[in-house]
Amino acid sequence: MSNVSALEGLREEALAALAAAPDESALEQWRITFFGRQDGRVTALLRAIKDVPASERAAYGASANAVKQELEGALEGRREALKQAALRALSTESALDVTLPGRPQVIGRLHPVTQTMRDCLKAFGDMGFRVAEGPEVEWDRYNFDGVRIPEDHPARDMWDTIWVNTLIDGKRHMLLRTHTSPNQVRVLERTPAPPVRVVVPGKCYRQEATDATHEWMLTQIEGLAVDEGVRMSDLKGVLYEWSRQMFGQDRKIIFHHSYFPFVEPGVEMAIDCFICRGNGKECRTCHGTGWIEILGAGMVHPEIIETAGYDSSKVTGFAFGIGVERVALLRWGIEDIRNFYANDIRFLSQF
Amino acid sequence: MKLSLNWLRDFVDVDLPVAELASRLIDATAEVEGWETIGANWDPERIRVAEVVEVAPHPNADRLRLVTVNDGEGRQQVVCGAPNVAVGQKIAFATEGAELVDGHTGERARLKLRPIRGVDSAGMVLSEKELGLSDDHEGILVLAPDAVPGRPLVEQLGDVVFDISTWANRADLLGVMGFGRETAAITGKPLREPSTAHGESARKASEFVEVSIEAPDLCPRYTASVIENVTIGPSPAWMQERLIRAGQRPINNVVDITNYVMLETGQPLHAFDYDFVRGKRIVVRRAEEGERLLTLDDVERVFDSEMLLICDGEGPVAVGGVKGGGNSEVTEKTRTILLEAANFRAGSVRRTSTYLKLRTEASLRFEKGLGAEVPEYAQHRALHLFEQLAGGTPAAGIVDVYPGAKPPRTIAVTSARIEQVLGIAVPAEDVRRILAALGFGVEENTPGQYSVQPPDWRPDVEIADDVIEDIGRIHGYHRLPTTMLRGQLPEPERDPVRDLRERLRDLAVTLGFQETLSYTLTDRARLARMVPDSDSLRSEPLGVVNPVAAQHTFLRTSLRPSVLETYAANRHHEAGALRIFEVGFEYLPVEGDLPHHRPVLCAVLGGLREGRWPQAGTERLDFYDARGVAEAALQRLGIPVNFTAVSEFGLLPGHTAEIRVGKDPVGILGQIHPDNAALFDLTEPVFLVELWVESLARHLPERPAYAAPSRFPEVRQDLALVLDSETPAGRVLELVRSHRSGQVRIGADIFDEYRGPGVPAGKKSLAIAMRFQSSERTLTDADVAKVQSGLVTRLAKEFGATVRGG
Ligand SMILES: [Zn+2]
Repeated sequence: MSNVSALEGLREEALAALAAAPDESALEQWRITFFGRQDGRVTALLRAIKDVPASERAAYGASANAVKQELEGALEGRREALKQAALRALSTESALDVTLPGRPQVIGRLHPVTQTMRDCLKAFGDMGFRVAEGPEVEWDRYNFDGVRIPEDHPARDMWDTIWVNTLIDGKRHMLLRTHTSPNQVRVLERTPAPPVRVVVPGKCYRQEATDATHEWMLTQIEGLAVDEGVRMSDLKGVLYEWSRQMFGQDRKIIFHHSYFPFVEPGVEMAIDCFICRGNGKECRTCHGTGWIEILGAGMVHPEIIETAGYDSSKVTGFAFGIGVERVALLRWGIEDIRNFYANDIRFLSQF
Repeated sequence: MKLSLNWLRDFVDVDLPVAELASRLIDATAEVEGWETIGANWDPERIRVAEVVEVAPHPNADRLRLVTVNDGEGRQQVVCGAPNVAVGQKIAFATEGAELVDGHTGERARLKLRPIRGVDSAGMVLSEKELGLSDDHEGILVLAPDAVPGRPLVEQLGDVVFDISTWANRADLLGVMGFGRETAAITGKPLREPSTAHGESARKASEFVEVSIEAPDLCPRYTASVIENVTIGPSPAWMQERLIRAGQRPINNVVDITNYVMLETGQPLHAFDYDFVRGKRIVVRRAEEGERLLTLDDVERVFDSEMLLICDGEGPVAVGGVKGGGNSEVTEKTRTILLEAANFRAGSVRRTSTYLKLRTEASLRFEKGLGAEVPEYAQHRALHLFEQLAGGTPAAGIVDVYPGAKPPRTIAVTSARIEQVLGIAVPAEDVRRILAALGFGVEENTPGQYSVQPPDWRPDVEIADDVIEDIGRIHGYHRLPTTMLRGQLPEPERDPVRDLRERLRDLAVTLGFQETLSYTLTDRARLARMVPDSDSLRSEPLGVVNPVAAQHTFLRTSLRPSVLETYAANRHHEAGALRIFEVGFEYLPVEGDLPHHRPVLCAVLGGLREGRWPQAGTERLDFYDARGVAEAALQRLGIPVNFTAVSEFGLLPGHTAEIRVGKDPVGILGQIHPDNAALFDLTEPVFLVELWVESLARHLPERPAYAAPSRFPEVRQDLALVLDSETPAGRVLELVRSHRSGQVRIGADIFDEYRGPGVPAGKKSLAIAMRFQSSERTLTDADVAKVQSGLVTRLAKEFGATVRGG
């Protein structure tokens, strides 16, 4: 019986030692002590089975195996308990102050004018318009004569021009384009037959004083669609869709009579005021009118269609010009256009 | 222009509310910028017309008088200090409680009556200032003699004055009648025309003056009438009031009538003192080069031979369509008037007024194109008024020289074209009604085929689409549906440079840069901060003649100064790392042609790297950050590049590399030279990356070169080399990466560069982490050893490299 009692004593000792083991390394030490391959004490007892008299061997063997299994189970149990305790500690004693800021990651942004330009081009692109750019430094014949604004025409007052200091044949012909319309003429010139459906983005320049709503350098998008069957109602439809993309699906638009020498009829388009929704007598955006003037447009003058070599009795077209900064001002409620080219990152990084 | 609602009502009944009228005019006619209501605060009970019936001295004050007025209900006595009060005048009379502007403080207040120097006052005789009409507080406002005592002043004098900007092609809208016609068309009310009836004397105008036109190309028509026995004096109050509301200063009845008729019809008129017209002749001719005239504004004008002069028998008396001369001005002594109403070529008037820097009410109208029939109408209207208001007698007939007479124009307009342009059909009765109301003649001989005669005051109407615009705007654009473009999609507009430019913009943003956009015009001093004189292309930028400001005189030939200036400006308030970029054009001059618009991405970075929170950052961004940006962007584009040390103005030697594809330069990067940085007040190291979009576009692969990942594991092995200090590590790395042995590829990165103890002087050690991989099989140690030994042999041959510890 001494063998059995030794077994029982070892079991109790091992369980006590296990309960006292505080961490994984103590568990490993315990395992070596009791289950080490060479001289683990449980291993030794199991090995001692051969010294037990044959009559007791079976009973001893069964008891020894039972102890071995119990202790192995206890080890696993203890290991799991320690792991759980460690996890508990991680989420309590080692809890983070999640209100501290994260590590700064670098992220750049597009300029708000670029963003607005991209959004506009996307809206028109979805309606089949191609993007066609033209030069900012332009010949006067494209900027003016080609769009029916000859010299000594009062419509030249609509665009105060910055002239380039280059004399050719004793005259100045080079200028900073005052609008993107000259590229209408360039696109028509290089397109042998309709259809034409382009948007022309780019910078324009005006010789004028700067204030909260005027900049001498500005960004425009010119639109031009020329084909058989292009109607003024299509112009309205295209601009309506663009307005909804830029200013919200519930936008309304209205055409007012206007005049640009290169279109006939000519209109100005306004959108309903999404700031005051038409009830703001004091509204700074629409000045209480409920409408915001946003762009000029019209049907391409038949003379321009003819100059392109198309038959103006069959082919019609429309054109429009959008001031990108104005759209950006409106969509974000920015009060001063001069913010755009002041390049203060504290302003730019908010968009 | 200023449009008085009262005046408009002479021509058409208006029963729309003011805001509604304004909005209808905006929709169809012109831009109504706003309006001013005159008399909005005049209480009809408390501010009324009264007549002065007695003026007596004040018993206690020399400068005050006791004025008795009849206010329609009875006599009232008031104390009045105005010097101009006189018996018989109709005046504006206010009683207790009326809201007025205080004559001294300018504040609005209710009238409170109190005795003045011991005498009670029953009310107050008002000045223009007290009514809010003007700042005039010198004397009382004297009303028209026919004003009826007791009538509320707001009925007598109240008005709404619209501020309207009209379009550049509509001279007819610079006359109230033009708006009368538009309003009639918009509202459907009939138009009333003013009287042009007048008598005439037995003597013919042609006996007074002879007119000849020597420049019919610049003056299609010249009419002259003569009015005898005029009495110069002030014009009547109602006329003065209208002129003032239109923004004109009343002068005398003759000048006022000419201005009044101009404001009414749009046709400028000019009155000469007939007695000063030498030779009793008018000659319309081009000026002789250098010819001079003292104009009415007392400035001596010098003319060139393209300018049109109105001359008498001896010399110039007026600048055609622009301004009269001082030598024939109407004065108090004038008895006989020669009245000019002419038609001048629009472009010529504009040119003359631009060159003379003399914009007048007349030139503003002529330059927009007036109808050649209007002068005759304006003459008769003026003669009517001269007879009524200046006591004159018109000579019989009008001298009319009309070399530019044209047959009436007829334009064919079809209902099909209307629909083709507008997208909707307009019913025939609407077409007829609208055109008739605007003064067009319309015949519809075949259904849908209109034969249209535009009125002569509308020279802007030239083609069918002009007529269709008039139909469309009056019919109302709100009737147009919103439809979508139909038909074939156009050919694509290919522009690979633009596409790449926009991709680079996105890549810069992805890499943490903030986009900025700056003015493309700069000055030479700024350009010179980063452009050397020796760069003949960039140091001779295109200039502009009339810059908005001196610092915006030259088209920039480099983006570097702009971006560095932006960097420096932001450094004032930004403590950490700054990464900014701009994509824009360099405008490079081309002889005899438009400049080359060269697209460039210019990025600048510097400052303290973002910290390992919660520790603060102490490490600065450096050259290798700049290079990393270039590498990442170009790798993303699939463009294989190499970097070569170069020197470049504005960049620090030894810290500058050109980015090349093969031997083709596609960009540059480096540290801004501290001397140049100092020009921007920058003392910290700042780094530049510039990519040249057109050059890059030539090397952009259509699609990325792609290889499937190998199924077989890679073998990792480090290699330490000892090399001459000067050997460019990049070349070594390039060689390792490009080494091929059978199907085995090598991936490699440098993880250490070391000089010092353990490495001989003049040498450096380079540690390279290599990854060997085959696409065909799992590599054995022997395979790797074989590839590596081949590689080491090449490295030894190429760079004299030895394996460290090998
Ligand atoms: Zn509003």
